[in-house]
Amino acid sequence: MTQHRAPENRELLRFLTCGSVDDGKSTLIGRLLFDSQLIFEDTLAAITRDSRKHGTTGDDVDLALLVDGLEAERQQGITIDVAYRFFQTPRRAFIVADTPGHEQYTRNMATGASGASLAVILIDARKGVLTQTRRHSYICSLLGIRDIVVAVNKIDLVKFDQDTFDRIVGDYVTFASELGFRSIVPVPISARFGDNVTARSGNMPWYKGPTLIEHLEQVDVAQDLGSKPFRFPVQWVNRPNLDFRGFAGTIASGRVAPGDQVIVAASGKASRIVRIVTADGDLDAAEAGQAVTITLEDEVDVARGDILVRPAERPPVADQFAGHLLWMDEEAMLPGRGYLMRIGNIWTPCSITSIRHRVDVNTLEEHAARRLSLNEIGFCNFSAGQPIPLDAYAENRATGAFILVDRFTNRTAGAGMVAFPLRRASNIHHEHFTVDKAARAALVGNRPMVLWFTGLSGSGKSTIANIVEQALHKAGRATYSLDGDNVRHGLCRDLGFTAADRVENIRRVGEVAKLFVDAGMIVLCSFISPFQAERRMVRDLLGPGEFTEVFVDTSIEACIARDPKGLYAKAQAGQIQNFTGISSPYEPPENPELHILTAGRTAEECAADVLDRLRSAGIAC
Amino acid sequence: MGRCTTTHLEPEGSVTITTRKAALTPHLARLEAESIAIIREVAASFRKPVMLYSIGKDSGVMLHLALKAFAPGKPPFPLMHIDTTWKFREMISFRDAMAKQVGMELLVHTNPDGIARGINPIASGSALHTQVMKTEALKQALDLHGFDAAFGGARRDEEKSRAKERIFSFRGPGHSWDPRAQRPELWSLFNTRIREGESIRVFPLSNWTEYDVWDYVLAEDLPVVPLYFAKPRPVVKRAGTWIMVDDDRLPLEPGETPQMRMVRFRTLGCYPLSGAVESEAATLPDIITEMRAAKTSERQGRLIDSDEEASMEKKKREGYF
Repeated sequence: MTQHRAPENRELLRFLTCGSVDDGKSTLIGRLLFDSQLIFEDTLAAITRDSRKHGTTGDDVDLALLVDGLEAERQQGITIDVAYRFFQTPRRAFIVADTPGHEQYTRNMATGASGASLAVILIDARKGVLTQTRRHSYICSLLGIRDIVVAVNKIDLVKFDQDTFDRIVGDYVTFASELGFRSIVPVPISARFGDNVTARSGNMPWYKGPTLIEHLEQVDVAQDLGSKPFRFPVQWVNRPNLDFRGFAGTIASGRVAPGDQVIVAASGKASRIVRIVTADGDLDAAEAGQAVTITLEDEVDVARGDILVRPAERPPVADQFAGHLLWMDEEAMLPGRGYLMRIGNIWTPCSITSIRHRVDVNTLEEHAARRLSLNEIGFCNFSAGQPIPLDAYAENRATGAFILVDRFTNRTAGAGMVAFPLRRASNIHHEHFTVDKAARAALVGNRPMVLWFTGLSGSGKSTIANIVEQALHKAGRATYSLDGDNVRHGLCRDLGFTAADRVENIRRVGEVAKLFVDAGMIVLCSFISPFQAERRMVRDLLGPGEFTEVFVDTSIEACIARDPKGLYAKAQAGQIQNFTGISSPYEPPENPELHILTAGRTAEECAADVLDRLRSAGIAC
Repeated sequence: MGRCTTTHLEPEGSVTITTRKAALTPHLARLEAESIAIIREVAASFRKPVMLYSIGKDSGVMLHLALKAFAPGKPPFPLMHIDTTWKFREMISFRDAMAKQVGMELLVHTNPDGIARGINPIASGSALHTQVMKTEALKQALDLHGFDAAFGGARRDEEKSRAKERIFSFRGPGHSWDPRAQRPELWSLFNTRIREGESIRVFPLSNWTEYDVWDYVLAEDLPVVPLYFAKPRPVVKRAGTWIMVDDDRLPLEPGETPQMRMVRFRTLGCYPLSGAVESEAATLPDIITEMRAAKTSERQGRLIDSDEEASMEKKKREGYF
C-alpha cells in the first residue's frame, strides 16, 4: 500500500478559493494538485504543451491551465465558471471549488460558497485588499462561512517582505471585523513557486505559522447537524404497492428512531415513526445526512414538500418573511414582480414586497433601493404563495436557504437566506364572510371576470373597451372600467413610469380588479401593461376562466401616426423618459385569449370580436 | 425514425440488490447519500427521465444507487444504452445479464443513419464515429422517447471541462450546452424547471473520484465487466497504445500480428478506441493497489479525448454526455 491509501477514513473538507482577478487562484489549485502528486503524467504532458500556447509563465509550466478548462477561459486566461477539484493528503480529503474573480461572475462565486465550510481568500501582495476581496468576504460571511484563510499570494514579487504582509493582514482584519468570522488565518505564499503552500518556505524565516496545507488539514470545521432540531424534508413518496407507503428524503438535521413522535410542520398532523427503511435493511436510528425512507403509523396526508419535525421543535410556518437576497440575473429584481421560489422541496410563487435596504459590499453600508441589479445584495421582505415551515438560515441551511427562478426564462435569478418570519404573516388572517363571490354574482346576474386589454399607447385599448362596456351595460351586466390614466390620478398617483413603478402600478390594479370580481362584476382593464410577468401575476390572482387577455395589436408606426394624446411626439423629442415602444420595451402576449389586429378595421369591428368571445363564454351581451 | 433498432428487454421479477456485508466508510456513505438524493430528485421533478447505462464501472455504481434510492420499489425510469455496434463483446453480454438481473426495462438504440452511411471508428476516424454513433445517436434516442431528463455517470475528476459541469446540467433546444450560460447551482436546491424542447442531464456521481468508485465497487461487491481485470488478451500496439482485437473487423496493418499480453482496461468504450494497459491486476484489491500507484490518468487511453484541443467541451456543446 502506498501513502495514498485509506482516504476513506479521512475527513472531508469542502472549501473554496476566491478573491480578485489575476491573484492566482487557479495557479494555487494547480499547485495543490501538483504537490499532492495527483497530476498524472499524461495530464502534465498536455498542459506543458498548452502552456506554450496559452501560458502566462514564460517557459515554465502554467499550473493554472490544470483548472481553467473551458476554451474561453484558456484564451482569456481567466476563470469564468466554478470548477470542482479533488485532492487528498494522508490526513484529509478535499473538494475545492475554484471560483471566478471577475465581478460579472460573482454568482458563480456564491455557488461555490454555498457548499463550502471554509474559504481561502487570495490577495495579491502587490495590490492589497481590493473591492473584490471585500465583496467575496461579505458573500462568504452571508452564506455562513465562518473560517477564513487569507493567502497573501505572489509574495515573491514583493521580495518576501514581512511589512507588506503585515500591512495587508492588518487591512483585512480591520475590514472583516464586522463579518462574524470565527477564525482568520493569514499565510504568505507564492503559488507559482510553492512557498508555504505544501512546503515551508526558506525565503520567509520571519513567518512562524502553518503552511497552507497544514492549516487545511488541521482546521476544525465540523458542524454537528445531528444535535440540531430534527428536520426531514419529504422528497418523494415511495408507493411501490398497496402495502407500502414510505416517505423518502435526506435528514437535514437532527436524529430520529422508530417509535419517535413526529409532526407534519405545515399541517400540524401528528404520527409516529414505524420503520426507517434502506436498501440495506431497516435502521435502528438515523441522523443528519442520511438518505432514508420513513414509514408512519397513521395514514396522515404527507406529500413532497412537507417537513417532518418533532412536536417540541416545530419551526415557524409563515408566508411572509424577511431575508437576504443575492441577485444573480442580468434582468434586475423589481419588487412586486412574481418569481418562483424553491425552498426545501417546495416550489411556490413568491414576490418581494419591499427592499428594506441594499448592502454596499465595499463599505457594508445600508442604502435605500427600489431594485436589485446583477450581483447586488439586499435585505428584503418576501411574500410566498403558501405558508412554509422556515428556519433562519444561520440556524439551518436546509430549511433557511432558497432560490428564486424567473417565471419566463426559468433562469436561477436569486439566492436567498431567511432571517425571520414576519409577524404580520401570522397575525393577519383572512376574514371569512358568509356572503361570497358566488352569492354576489348571482344577485347581479353576472359571471364575474376581468377583460384585460393590453397594447401600446394609442393602440385603441380604451376606445374598444368603452364600446364593449356600453354593450354589456345595455344588456344589463354589472361592469366597471379601470383605465391607465384614471388610476394614476388617484390610487397610483405616487408612481412614475420606471420599470419598478410599472410593476407596482399593475400589482395594485390587479388587486383592485380582483376585489371587483369578488363583488361579482365584469371588470374592463385598459393598461399598456408592457411586461408579461405582471399580466401573468394578475392572471394568477384570479380563478380559472376569470382572466381574459385581449391583445390590441396595432403597429408602433400606426400608433405614432395616430398619437391621440401627443405623447409619441414628446417621447421622440426626448421629453418623456421610459415611454413604451420608444425608450422602454413592450413584451407582446404569447398566448392571449383574444388577439385583435386593428389595422384597417374600425373600433366597432374590433369590439364585436370581444363581444363574440364573451357570448361564446356564455355571457349574454 | 421507423428504422430505429430500439429493442426492449422486458423486466422480469423484482429488483435484486446485493446487501452490503459491512458498514460503508463515512466518506463513501456521504457520497452514497448525496447521490441517492439527486436520483430521487429527478424522479420527483421530471415527467419522463431515463438513465443512460454505458456498462462501465461508473454506470454500474449509478445503477446500484438508483436501485437503493427507491427500495423496496423499483426505479421509476428505464435504462438506455447507446450502442455504436463497436463495443467489446463482453460488454454487451454483461449489459444484457445486468438488465435481466435488476429487472429494469432496457432500451438499446443505434443510429440507423450511421449504420446506413457505414460510419465506423476505423475508416471514419474517432471524431466522426463519436459524433454520429454516440452524440447523434443519443440525441435521436432522447427525442424518440421524449425523455426530459437523462442521468449520466460522468464525474468531475475525469476531465477539465467535466470539472465545470453542474450536477443538473441544462440543455437547450437540440440538446445544446452553453458553458457560459450554466445555471448557478446553490446548496442542493436544484433548478429543475424546463420548457418544452429543453432537457436536463443529471450527474449523480459528480463528486466521486475514480478511487471512490473502485472503493465502492469493492465495499458493495458490485459486478463489473471482466475486461477491467487483467488477463492474457490478443492485442496490437498502435500509436503507443495496446488495442485489443475483439473481433475480425479490426483490419491489421502490414506487419501487425496480434500477440497475447496480460492487459486490462481502466475505461471501456468502443474497442478500437480504448487502449488497454499492461497489468497483473486480476482482482478488485489488485486494481485498487495498482490505481493508487498509477502515474497516468484514467482517460489516458481514450483516444476521443485528445483528438483536438478542448475536445470534450466541443463534444458536450454538440450534445455529447
